[in-house]
Amino acid sequence: MKLDFPHRQFAHCESGVTANLLNFHGLPCSEALAFGLGSGLFFAYVPFVKLNFLPLTTFRGAPGSIFKKATKRLGIEVKTQKFGNPAAAEQELDRLLEAGRPVGAQTGVFWLPYFPPAYRFHFNGHNLVVIGKEGDDYLISDPIFEETVRCSVADLRKARFAKGALAPKGKIYYIEKLPEQFDFPTATKAAITDVCRVMLKTPVPLAGVRGIRLLARQLVKWPAKMGEEKTIAHLGHIIRMQEEIGTGGGGFRFIYAAFLQEAAELLDNDKLADLSNRCTEVGDLWREFALIASRVCKGRAAVQDSFDDLAGFLQQCAAQEEALFTDLQQAIKY
Amino acid sequence: MKKEEVPQQGGLTAGCREVNYAVDEDGNYTLESSVGWEAKNIALRQAWEVIVAQLRAELAEIKAGRRSPLGYHMVKNQMDPGLLAQYSGVARWRVKRHLKPAVFAKLNTAALTPYAELFGISVAQLQQVPENPDLSLAELDQSEGDNS
Repeated sequence: MKLDFPHRQFAHCESGVTANLLNFHGLPCSEALAFGLGSGLFFAYVPFVKLNFLPLTTFRGAPGSIFKKATKRLGIEVKTQKFGNPAAAEQELDRLLEAGRPVGAQTGVFWLPYFPPAYRFHFNGHNLVVIGKEGDDYLISDPIFEETVRCSVADLRKARFAKGALAPKGKIYYIEKLPEQFDFPTATKAAITDVCRVMLKTPVPLAGVRGIRLLARQLVKWPAKMGEEKTIAHLGHIIRMQEEIGTGGGGFRFIYAAFLQEAAELLDNDKLADLSNRCTEVGDLWREFALIASRVCKGRAAVQDSFDDLAGFLQQCAAQEEALFTDLQQAIKY
Repeated sequence: MKKEEVPQQGGLTAGCREVNYAVDEDGNYTLESSVGWEAKNIALRQAWEVIVAQLRAELAEIKAGRRSPLGYHMVKNQMDPGLLAQYSGVARWRVKRHLKPAVFAKLNTAALTPYAELFGISVAQLQQVPENPDLSLAELDQSEGDNS
């Protein structure tokens, strides 16, 4: 069986899943709006948590938070389940599909056979929607692919029970009930306030603007501290976290700029349109950082000099983001 | 990023296209399809080159009789003994023992099955390693020249 699920391709998995699920349940929603209402924008550099043996650098909030926050702010009832046992996890998924409900799932990319081989790393925060089952295959709407895809029952089991950092533990989530009315302006303001808070006022020095500055300070020391080979591996990892399939470019800054553009209309607030332009500029700056970093990786630039430049770029990103979120906070206070 | 600046530099995506956010002539955001970007291709290639180098090192160790074939398959699946232990359900200290050639050679099929199932290969395949790393990433070689 296959649910009549309108699949749309988007840049990022979780905001795409959220938008597609809302759309299925009758609430038209763009990816940018889902991302913004879920306060998806973030930054953190956490050297003691490793992903593929390299320090975690993230440009978005924790897996699951976009769906959770966006639905909560819109007053939508959702259900989330985790499982200790794969058989029970499969049974529940099948039961929900039979009942006509598309189901969001958190998975490990490494085990998904429809991914291009070059993208199959151990990353366990990938979201998709299961929209049907035919024989030994699940039918899947994975928002970062152009078309719906198929995945064998055995492979999806491995992906849902991937191990290591961010282990999904069979996590599934779905929408139960939509309210009669939606208060978009209030939800939008709450979501923006939340992002400004984590970017500006986080108590730990690893997150937000302070996290960007921490990365800038540490990155300069890498060549002397760990030698060229490891330095390049670390740098390449940041580029991948920032630009690889799923961020829409510029470490989600462009998606967020698109959200601010929508928010400007929702709140009838021209200041947000200007701030959207500034958010685009920050995204462009991150792209420039990635381009120069990639040239260092490729061995086209002298290492220590370029690290001073790269740190300079990061400091500039931090300064611009600090100003952007400070003004954004002001812009929605009225 | 402007609409006309959306990069179209193909790389390792096996023909998959992804969505980029870009601004059109009127300053409005649109979703644009992209086949890839040089900076990402370099970073992705470099990540795989690290894995290939690790596999070469494993093969050398195995040839020298200091490592069991399990080491090769573990690295090929981007795991370390800790992650392999979590996935296979074999205790970490035993995984580490199984990386020793003398211990590995004595393991029976039952002891090897959890590893073979996890890696999606037969027990016989688990006991063997190729001459050169076999990552089946043809694109990694093909796109070698594209970015230089």
